[in-house]
Amino acid sequence: MTEPLLSVRDLRVTFPTRQGEFQAVRGISFDLGRERLGVVGESGSGKSMTGRAILGLVRPPGRVEAARMELKGQPILNLPDRQMRKIRGGRISMVMQDPKFSLNPVMTVGQQIIEAYRLHANAPRDRARQKALEMLEAVQIRDPERVMNAYPHEVSGGMGQRIMIAMMLAPEPQILIADEPTSALDVSVRTEVLNIMDGLVRDRGMGLIFISHDLNLVAQFCDRVLIMYAGRVVETLPARDLHHARHPYTCGLLDSLPRLEAPVDRLPVLQRQDSWRDGDIVADRADTEFPGGL
Amino acid sequence: MSAVSRRDWLLSDAPQTRRQARLGAMYQGWLTFRGNKLAMLGLIILVLLIGMAIFAPLLAPQSPYAQNLADRLQPPSAAHWLGTDALGRDILSRLIHGSRITLFIVGTVALIAPIIGLFIGTVAGFAGGWVDQVLMRITDIFLAFPKLILALAFVAALGPSIGNAVLALALTAWPPYARLARAETLTIRNADFIAAARLQGAGRLRLLIRHIWPLCVSSLIVRVALDMAGIILSAAGLGFLGLGAQPPLPEWGAMISDGRTYILDYWWVAAMPGIAIFTVSMAFNLLGDGLRDVLDPKGDKS
Amino acid sequence: MLTVADLDVWFGQPPDRVDAVKGAGFTVAQGESFGLVGESGSGKSTILRAIAGLIPTWSGRIEVDAKPLSTDRRDRAFFKTVQMVFQDPYASLHPRHSVDAVLAETLRLQGMDRIDQRIEQLLDDVGLGRGFRFRYPHQLSGGQRQRVAIARALAAEPRMLLLDEPTSALDVSVQAEILNLLSDLRAEHGLTYLMVSHDLSVVGHMCDRLAVMQHGRIIEIMGVGDLRAGRGREPYTRQLMSASAGYSAQG
Repeated sequence: MTEPLLSVRDLRVTFPTRQGEFQAVRGISFDLGRERLGVVGESGSGKSMTGRAILGLVRPPGRVEAARMELKGQPILNLPDRQMRKIRGGRISMVMQDPKFSLNPVMTVGQQIIEAYRLHANAPRDRARQKALEMLEAVQIRDPERVMNAYPHEVSGGMGQRIMIAMMLAPEPQILIADEPTSALDVSVRTEVLNIMDGLVRDRGMGLIFISHDLNLVAQFCDRVLIMYAGRVVETLPARDLHHARHPYTCGLLDSLPRLEAPVDRLPVLQRQDSWRDGDIVADRADTEFPGGL
Repeated sequence: MSAVSRRDWLLSDAPQTRRQARLGAMYQGWLTFRGNKLAMLGLIILVLLIGMAIFAPLLAPQSPYAQNLADRLQPPSAAHWLGTDALGRDILSRLIHGSRITLFIVGTVALIAPIIGLFIGTVAGFAGGWVDQVLMRITDIFLAFPKLILALAFVAALGPSIGNAVLALALTAWPPYARLARAETLTIRNADFIAAARLQGAGRLRLLIRHIWPLCVSSLIVRVALDMAGIILSAAGLGFLGLGAQPPLPEWGAMISDGRTYILDYWWVAAMPGIAIFTVSMAFNLLGDGLRDVLDPKGDKS
Repeated sequence: MLTVADLDVWFGQPPDRVDAVKGAGFTVAQGESFGLVGESGSGKSTILRAIAGLIPTWSGRIEVDAKPLSTDRRDRAFFKTVQMVFQDPYASLHPRHSVDAVLAETLRLQGMDRIDQRIEQLLDDVGLGRGFRFRYPHQLSGGQRQRVAIARALAAEPRMLLLDEPTSALDVSVQAEILNLLSDLRAEHGLTYLMVSHDLSVVGHMCDRLAVMQHGRIIEIMGVGDLRAGRGREPYTRQLMSASAGYSAQG
């Protein structure tokens, strides 16, 4: 493996509470190359917090610690705000779950993409506008000129999410962190959005961290999967092997999904075990270079 | 029961009885409130104020009305800690007795105005249609006048007295509460839990009282606490203009008014009640901030 | 049990009127579990809310037990027959009412006696146990909240439940628990279900028949066997099936 885009070792996110400290992320490690890395887990597993920690978006009193967090060899852990803002949006971008809350309702779509681009690329206005149009075309919006002048409430959910992606991708980041980018979308729109992200990874060599609760989707879309439970990675494996997962938690999650082709009277219910919280990590074969992740 | 286990009992996530659940919820609120140091300061000041009002005759060194023209306009000293006013009355004693008047004003306005506002606002928001239109236009009419001017008009019509001043303040203070309550109601009205209650056959009155009011009340309480400062100041303003408490009642605003003639040479006559008004207003503001931490439903999701 | 015919539902007044449901019709037999599937905005939840009496602007015919319903008023008998479970368990419980308060109020509204025993029975029925009785919603997980919502719906001892995406806000493992609970309750109490979902596999698991909706119209009514076998008559149905089967890179 060549030098990874992003390298994370022993990442921890801690929040003080009245009952003592609560660790939302408890020491996870992974490397991200030019690939689609899926991060799967249930709510509260710390998967979203991991994404936020990488972007420096964990708000005080939350604390982020890591033995290492490097973007192409450059440490990015707890950088001062100004430097972090340059990286965030410029070199690492994030797409959130619901486009409605991520777009500014009083600015046109075009203005927002242009702003986002100029903030990081320092380009003149007309070039930025050109770029915005290009990006909208890249995310398969048919009439970019019209959409540029539209306000966020005038576009559909699927289009809003594509606009978000266009906006995030305009500065050509090296890494895109997508936190449940398709769960607010209908299945038919979902495929389009995934195609766009897929193309970016393949054509531009971007690294994608795809955070999702949808195991089937991750199995089909990603290259590699980290399965998180209670703030830790419990299993890591190639996405195509997800259905042969070995960790009881992963198996339990997969079993609990109803399946059209295999009808059952009662769904198997996941029996959580305390040992999963701190047990060994199940990793696959020789491509594991590090304990605690891949 | 030891202190530790009582705390655990209160903070239990699985309360066994209704009483434990209620007390637990209150204790949680208290812990949040206690975490806010400034709010605690506000609470302490207000508790002291209440204590002062209750025990005024015991605390005051002299009668608030006892004149001693030989001792008029004395600076603060061992005999008169806060000095004396133009009629030689002990300012400290007058302040202590005046706290009763302040509390009376605050308490009455705080009872009347939000209740009118809550009622009008929630009915308007919940009923919608023409009821909403009519009630809100009435509210707008009240809002269109500056508060103090409207209060002045009321008092002028009713005759100057402390009771009428309170009434006037209450009647002018309710429209913002009505707006707030209506806004809250509009967001709550379409919530699923209201729909669920309707599906159980709950009537409109029940929805309003059992489901909507409890959610509006908390933000109203916060708002009232924050507005208290303004109400005290308005009351003082009316007193200052001679339309509130009538002499010789030791109302703080009236006291400032009395002192203003001498403000350059005998500053303490006006400054002492001023400081008292300032302290109490600030205490209410701090308390309101703390209450917002505890009661604001948006902050519940920690 | 339930008949819907020529149902139109709209929002707003004529110049801005939005027709959410157009000419929908289907029947649900006693004891059956019927699914409504479609993408967001297809009008599937709107149908449910119109049946429940939460949307007054509809025309057409809705009959429960062969008795036609009036447009907005629903009588006590209706509430004793039909109840609803909402999508978002975080929004469907009053934030300041404890589980006990919610169930007690519901039982009183339904004119039940022996409220204490009934509350405990309901909590047992939905697998929560009595320890949960005095908790507030913020002390419950999403799955536990949804169980409370189901208990509330069952309090009236209805014969039919309207289920509006009851598991879409929940994690998959919790979804399995809730779906199992719903299956058990249906078997025990002989309930009839009308379930709305965007998830074909959930509908495939829970329902006997289903209607596929698009742009406010029911375009196809099919048996669950056809759904499992991927036999859709309409192109849109087949498209929906292949899209929910998962992602496959195109191009």
